[in-house]
Amino acid sequence: MSEIAPSTTDAPILRSENLRKSFGPIEVLKGIDLDVKRGDRIAIIGGSGSGKSTLLRCLNFMELPTGGKVFLEGERIGTVRTARDGSQSVTYSERELMSVRRRVGMVFQQFNLFPHMSSIENVMEGLVTVMRRPKSEARARAAHELERVGLSDKLDVYPGRLSGGQQQRVAIARALAMDPEVLLFDEPTSSLDPELVGEVLRTILTLAEDGRTMLLVTHELGFAYRFATHVIYLYDGVVHETGTGEQIFRNPQKEKTRAFIARSSEFSL
Amino acid sequence: MQQYEWDFGAVLAYWPMLLHGLWGTVAISALAILFGIVGGGLVAAMRMSRHVALRTIGTAYIEFYRNTPGIVHFFWVYYALPVITNVKLGPLEAAVVALATQSSAFYAEVLRGGIQSIVRGQWEGATALGMSRADALRRIIVPQAARRMVAPFVERSFEIVKTSSLASTLAYGELLYQGMQIASITYRPLETYSLLALIYFALLYVLSSLAKILEDRLQEA
Repeated sequence: MSEIAPSTTDAPILRSENLRKSFGPIEVLKGIDLDVKRGDRIAIIGGSGSGKSTLLRCLNFMELPTGGKVFLEGERIGTVRTARDGSQSVTYSERELMSVRRRVGMVFQQFNLFPHMSSIENVMEGLVTVMRRPKSEARARAAHELERVGLSDKLDVYPGRLSGGQQQRVAIARALAMDPEVLLFDEPTSSLDPELVGEVLRTILTLAEDGRTMLLVTHELGFAYRFATHVIYLYDGVVHETGTGEQIFRNPQKEKTRAFIARSSEFSL
Repeated sequence: MQQYEWDFGAVLAYWPMLLHGLWGTVAISALAILFGIVGGGLVAAMRMSRHVALRTIGTAYIEFYRNTPGIVHFFWVYYALPVITNVKLGPLEAAVVALATQSSAFYAEVLRGGIQSIVRGQWEGATALGMSRADALRRIIVPQAARRMVAPFVERSFEIVKTSSLASTLAYGELLYQGMQIASITYRPLETYSLLALIYFALLYVLSSLAKILEDRLQEA
């Protein structure tokens, strides 16, 4: 059972300083400062191309940042090397990134379930291969996580036989089984049929009740409002405005934020 | 036109020679496939390496074999290699070396094609759990790629069995060479080469049936 820690506690569990990411000549993230404290639920919103998915993917190093710093529990990720001419570069060892990713879980837009494994095998995989847990223990844990997302009747079903919403719930269970300190959701409902969105959002909300630390990139602004303790509005690769859900959705201070929120039907009134 | 009188009996009388040849064909092919798979794994690993030098070597290797005829490899290994290395290979060894190095290039492409056909999201799903690249490859990518590799792999192996007939040019007693001998003894090339085609066909047909069973098994799994 995860401890419920108040969101006001001390040092950030995950932190970025001046985080930058370029793809070739295009700079997508232009210096992002972010503090994630234990129990925080942060919704990252913004138009397409604003860099919100890239930001999330840099936090578990699915993408390697091209500048800035990331700290996990106060520890800087990556090794800084200084060249003879004084210029600095950061290198990341596979071992270090494996450890970060184990602690910072991710749920993808496209689920990325393993199609050659049943639901329960998908959820067991990290426990067995990464955590080196015995199979029997992993199976029990996986069954528990699948029950938590309401899929205890689908343990031996392969992903190809599940609906999109069910697949995404298996993916959530798979991430939860690793007991990550932070859980990242990258547009978890964007590839779902509208009628399947609700079940996935409800699942995510139950995790909120458990006090999980989560970051969520989403287009579902109504959900972001219900879900988040903090909202970040990204515009053109920088944090344009940040605040509580109430502040950002009901009383945005900046023109661009206001325009973005107004475009969403849920807040257009 | 005079009616041709078929006489398979005259040719079949030499069945021990044919059997010997069949064994030769199977031996060359089996060894070439075995070493070819091992070599193909190495070449594929180089071809997909993160190191530019290894990648270049892998690519050059594949391109070399793709763009030169098989018989040149046979002649090179058998006649040219001894000139520079002092290593004189027998016809069987030379044929196996020539075929295995060549099939390494082709198997490497089968492996690479299979692995690269697996979408990036599978790598991400695996590494996001904290898996190493090696574990992701072993647990997630290869099991999925293997199913897609069976058909091109079988296709390549058939090419090897057929190409093994080039060993006849090194006077190794495989099927074609034995047939040539029988034809010149019996003066019956029509029956001999017809029979030869039939034997190759039967051999490959049996193998393809076995491959089909394997493929179905993998699809079910």
